[in-house]
Amino acid sequence: MADKIDLLDIEVWDGNMAASQAMRQAQIDVVAAYPITPSTPVVQNYSTFLANNQIDGEFVMVESEHAAMSGCVGASAAGGRVATATSSQGFALMCEVLYQASGMRLPIVMHVVNRALAAPLNVNGDHSDMYLGRDSGWIQADAFNAQEAYDLGLMAFKISEDHKVRLPMMIHQDGFMTSHTAQGVKTLSDDVAYNFIGEFKPMNAMLDLDRPATHGVQTEEDYHYEFKARQHHDLMTFAKAKTQEVFDEFETLTGRKYSMIQEYDMEGADIAIVCMGTSVETARLVATDMRTKGIKAGVIGIRIIRPWPFEEIKEALKDVKAVAALDRSSPNGALGMLYNELAGCLLQNAKPSILSNYVYGLGGRDLTKDNIKQVFTELKANADTGKLTTPTQQWISLNGEALNFF
Amino acid sequence: MAFDYDKYLRLEKMPTLWCWGCGDGVILKAFIRAIDKMGVKQDDVCVVSGIGCSGRFSSYVDFNTIHTTHGRTVAYATGVKLANPDKLVICVAGDGDALAIGGNHTIHGCRRNIDMTLIVINNFIYGLTNSQTSPTTPQGMWTVTQKVGNIDPTFDTCDLAIASGASFVARETMLDPKKLEKMLIKAMQHKGFSMAEVLSNCHINLGRKNGMKNAMENLEWIDSITVSKKKYDAMTPEEQLNLLPTGILKEDTDADEYCDLYAEVQKVHQGERKRITQDDFVKKI
Repeated sequence: MADKIDLLDIEVWDGNMAASQAMRQAQIDVVAAYPITPSTPVVQNYSTFLANNQIDGEFVMVESEHAAMSGCVGASAAGGRVATATSSQGFALMCEVLYQASGMRLPIVMHVVNRALAAPLNVNGDHSDMYLGRDSGWIQADAFNAQEAYDLGLMAFKISEDHKVRLPMMIHQDGFMTSHTAQGVKTLSDDVAYNFIGEFKPMNAMLDLDRPATHGVQTEEDYHYEFKARQHHDLMTFAKAKTQEVFDEFETLTGRKYSMIQEYDMEGADIAIVCMGTSVETARLVATDMRTKGIKAGVIGIRIIRPWPFEEIKEALKDVKAVAALDRSSPNGALGMLYNELAGCLLQNAKPSILSNYVYGLGGRDLTKDNIKQVFTELKANADTGKLTTPTQQWISLNGEALNFF
Repeated sequence: MAFDYDKYLRLEKMPTLWCWGCGDGVILKAFIRAIDKMGVKQDDVCVVSGIGCSGRFSSYVDFNTIHTTHGRTVAYATGVKLANPDKLVICVAGDGDALAIGGNHTIHGCRRNIDMTLIVINNFIYGLTNSQTSPTTPQGMWTVTQKVGNIDPTFDTCDLAIASGASFVARETMLDPKKLEKMLIKAMQHKGFSMAEVLSNCHINLGRKNGMKNAMENLEWIDSITVSKKKYDAMTPEEQLNLLPTGILKEDTDADEYCDLYAEVQKVHQGERKRITQDDFVKKI
């Protein structure tokens, strides 16, 4: 039986440690992983817990991320509670197996410490890997800081393992900015955390010898389409409902409120920035500054990226005059993913907001308060004139000649 | 006159990111001297590296270079070589890069016997990411992923290459840069797949966590586990047990090289010869 850790009410953890502690408290059966910067410490910390007899489950370091996610799929199909962590190239290498995990309806939890995708090689944070996963059938949650990486890391098991949901879930955090920056994290005791998550009850486990099961069988034109429609249905209905339910339960337990989108100063806002990751907190600071100057600025942080919070965003932006979508991934020949997804929401509003797109922060380039102030200033001009006063897509803080598109 | 390394280095990338006392620098210099002695033009050399400390090689040397993804050096290099069969292609990879995540490509490069040299810098650990177990980490050693001691059996890089069909297989250590230089020349001059394993130190992420107090003790440990092939061959199996032989372990100059075989395929396509049959090969299966 694993030893417990007597945590302080507030521990000083970076995002990686926050993720590791949530994994420890969930008492996972199997973790299969491969080291990659900047998520390496998630499983490295976990390995320390194992060596200290603070974990009952098994941990195996395998020969690649492809093998890591494959091992996770095997362990989950066999009936275990399973989690892992990765970043960037590792995530890209796992991609084939991510679709296996969701298609087989296996509730695997994964911490994805966001990092740029090569080439050129870069170990710093952006959202390229997060965007790469968005059609993989996983539930995707985004933590803006270490506290949220911990909280979502606990809640993920409860959401993902629900018998109606049974879909894998990834929790994103920004590489280095969150993963390697220490902050105060409010903790739950091991008992309270485990009781909240609950004991893992496998469904259709292969090792239930009274009811042998098969996973991942071949379907062709006869059934594949219905299977995928059902998976989408369950993601849209059960996963979404369960996420909100778990958020509510968590709020009752801790007082920390989570919702599908995190609105900040959106009351009566004329202009708003929609973004993800650590940028949300920077944008909030600037929005507050704007409010003191009488400019009604607000921020929406996307908490749940998949299933996409369409209705919530539509509602939150219905009276907003100008909106900026901030994408931290190169759109490579299109408008950014956030821009496109927001455009879909706005299209159904009676008075669609004027929408503009900003690409920023690729490969760890800083997004400063001044950058965001500039965005709000441009949004205000759009709101005041009632039309787009800038190119549709701009690249923030790019050295050399400014690049604008569309 | 002292050897001028600058000609072969991208000086704007200096100093290297490698830790003080790392064997990678010794290997880099031996490699540069080997290329210089061979008299190959810099533009006729292509260095392909993957991910890990060894991956930095391609950034530092002033040849045609590609910095690829983790484990895929040999796969990328196969494309380079097929497109440019007259160029000298060198892959540089670590033990984790070449034997774990890229193990498949390594054995298939050996199997095809395609003309390239794979320098495996074996420091027995994932150094860059701080001490995870690699396929060559000795059993019983401490790693961050196996803090109660590594239970995973090891690969013998050279045995693996020999069994997989590489036609030149050699092992040296970074302890003797002159020997290493000579071995690298032979490996690169050999036509066919050359496996050049170089044992190196990671006193930061292997040594000091396994009872070796400083870089010197890590080097002494490498010395203690290696012996020349000649001495090794004269030993009993019991004496050989925890030793790795150094020197040229396999050199087969008769084996078919893949680009040559591929040239035959092109001849068939161009109507210069009949299709390839089993009769074209001495060893068919």
